[in-house]
Amino acid sequence: MQFKSMVISNVEVSPNYFRMRMSAPEELASAVPGQFVMLKVNDAIDPLLRRPFGLFDVGSFVPEYAGCGTQVYCEILYKVVGKGTKILSALHHGDLVDLLVPLGKGFQMGPAGEEKVLVGGGVGLAPLYYLAKELKQRGEKVRLFAGGRNRDDVLCITEFERLGVETYVATDDGTLGERGFVTQVLERHLGTGMRIFACGPTPMLNAVAKMSQKLGVPCQVSMEAYMACGVGACLGCVMKGANHSDETPDYRCVCKDGPVFDSFELQWS
Amino acid sequence: MQRPDMSVVLAGIPMRNPVMTASGTFGYGAEFADYLDLESIGAMVTKGLSLKPKAGNPTPRIVETQGGMLNAIGLQNVGIDAFIEQKLPYLKNVNTPVIANLYGNTLEEYGEVASRLDGLAGVAGIEVNISCPNVKQGGIVFGTDPGAAKEVVSLVKRNTSKPLIVKLSPNVTDVVLMAKACADAGADALSLINTLTGMAIDLDRRRPVLANVTGGLSGPAIKPVALRMVWQVAKAVKLPLIGIGGIMNGRDALEFMLAGATAIQVGTASFLDPSAAQRIAQEMEQYLVEQGIESVRSLIGALEA
Repeated sequence: MQFKSMVISNVEVSPNYFRMRMSAPEELASAVPGQFVMLKVNDAIDPLLRRPFGLFDVGSFVPEYAGCGTQVYCEILYKVVGKGTKILSALHHGDLVDLLVPLGKGFQMGPAGEEKVLVGGGVGLAPLYYLAKELKQRGEKVRLFAGGRNRDDVLCITEFERLGVETYVATDDGTLGERGFVTQVLERHLGTGMRIFACGPTPMLNAVAKMSQKLGVPCQVSMEAYMACGVGACLGCVMKGANHSDETPDYRCVCKDGPVFDSFELQWS
Repeated sequence: MQRPDMSVVLAGIPMRNPVMTASGTFGYGAEFADYLDLESIGAMVTKGLSLKPKAGNPTPRIVETQGGMLNAIGLQNVGIDAFIEQKLPYLKNVNTPVIANLYGNTLEEYGEVASRLDGLAGVAGIEVNISCPNVKQGGIVFGTDPGAAKEVVSLVKRNTSKPLIVKLSPNVTDVVLMAKACADAGADALSLINTLTGMAIDLDRRRPVLANVTGGLSGPAIKPVALRMVWQVAKAVKLPLIGIGGIMNGRDALEFMLAGATAIQVGTASFLDPSAAQRIAQEMEQYLVEQGIESVRSLIGALEA
């Protein structure tokens, strides 16, 4: 659905990374972790298109104004990378943005009793936080493997820990956690009886998907892509399905068929 | 005051208002049902249909540019058979005319797709794409050469009894020449413009942004070009015209009508605002109310120039 949303807060949580809370329609309270929003940062034609953001959190609060009932909110976590996110980062409490919510297919949480393994890098941690929150509410055992180039890319780790998630961190330069790729840390821990949920840069997802397939651990990945519409019409955000070839093409829409896919659904390089 | 009369008749197709959705920007209709009332708009145009399903181009396929976007989707579509089996039944239950947009990889395919669609209940008319800039075969080849255009339009005309709209490319030296060729070959209406061929470059990577290197530019950036072409064609050709190109609001739409369009298509605007087509129809009506204009038809070609 389309919703005029009010910015509640917009905080820089790490250099160039922001966490924004917005009012949301009641329907969003039942959004599935992994689903996303398309956000129009202003009413102008520049930037023209909406920007997709995974749901970092969904919850409810009682506003401080008299007579208000419970209000649903959603949060996104974003990095300032271009014109759209630059404008977004300058928004304040009370500003309005236009949202399409909730979009796409989210994570399937799997049966109880498995160990849930979350793997994320940079803003890829966004959908994993909402997922971790829902999993912990079900009383599941959750571990997070978070990576980045340096400590600034490893976001909101204390929030994950506050949920009771066991966290492991790796950075390329060793400024936080182990030095190296988070996938190396993951490899040491991975075993049967686990289920992987991953979101982050494509090379990371590539490595995680291959590792999980080798070890026979079920793995879902949340993909990112350029998209214009978010509703399956522009066909700009497609990815190659597992059996794609030039002769028998098989493209999947990230916005509609995903953004969460079983790793076996997609073709990895 | 009474509500203004927003209805138009386009090549025999009665429409409740002049607002249509542009091919390739509105899926097969159902994708947008959550965001607008499909029975509030004038007509829907489907994604371009081909004889066989088509996969489209590699990614990246789209990129935003200043005031617009480039796309090189490559006419990905489910194919004519799947359209008839899977998409059309839904559309039949919507009380809004459906225009099937079609294209072929060869001349013969144009004819075959047209004949497949002929006689199908639920398809009010066809729009022939001779102007896609993003596929090697078909599309643009027929759209840039008046002789080839005449040939393909004549062939489609022989294979259909439905109103025939031909969608023109702006990537030509003289759009009027192309319009006349299509009119001579039996087109019942012309829609213009398709996207303008463009390109985006990633300076730091020293690479084109799109996998296809070039793509079609759409959005507000192309509106002045589209208005000019509609105006030129309107002066030269008697056929009803559909104005397309960067229409974002009711005022944009009405400008195209002044230039000579009987109807308009909303394209890129539906990407950023999935309810755009309905909103634009409302804004057009609101303008008529404010100006005391009784019928939207009185604005067609009413430009004082």
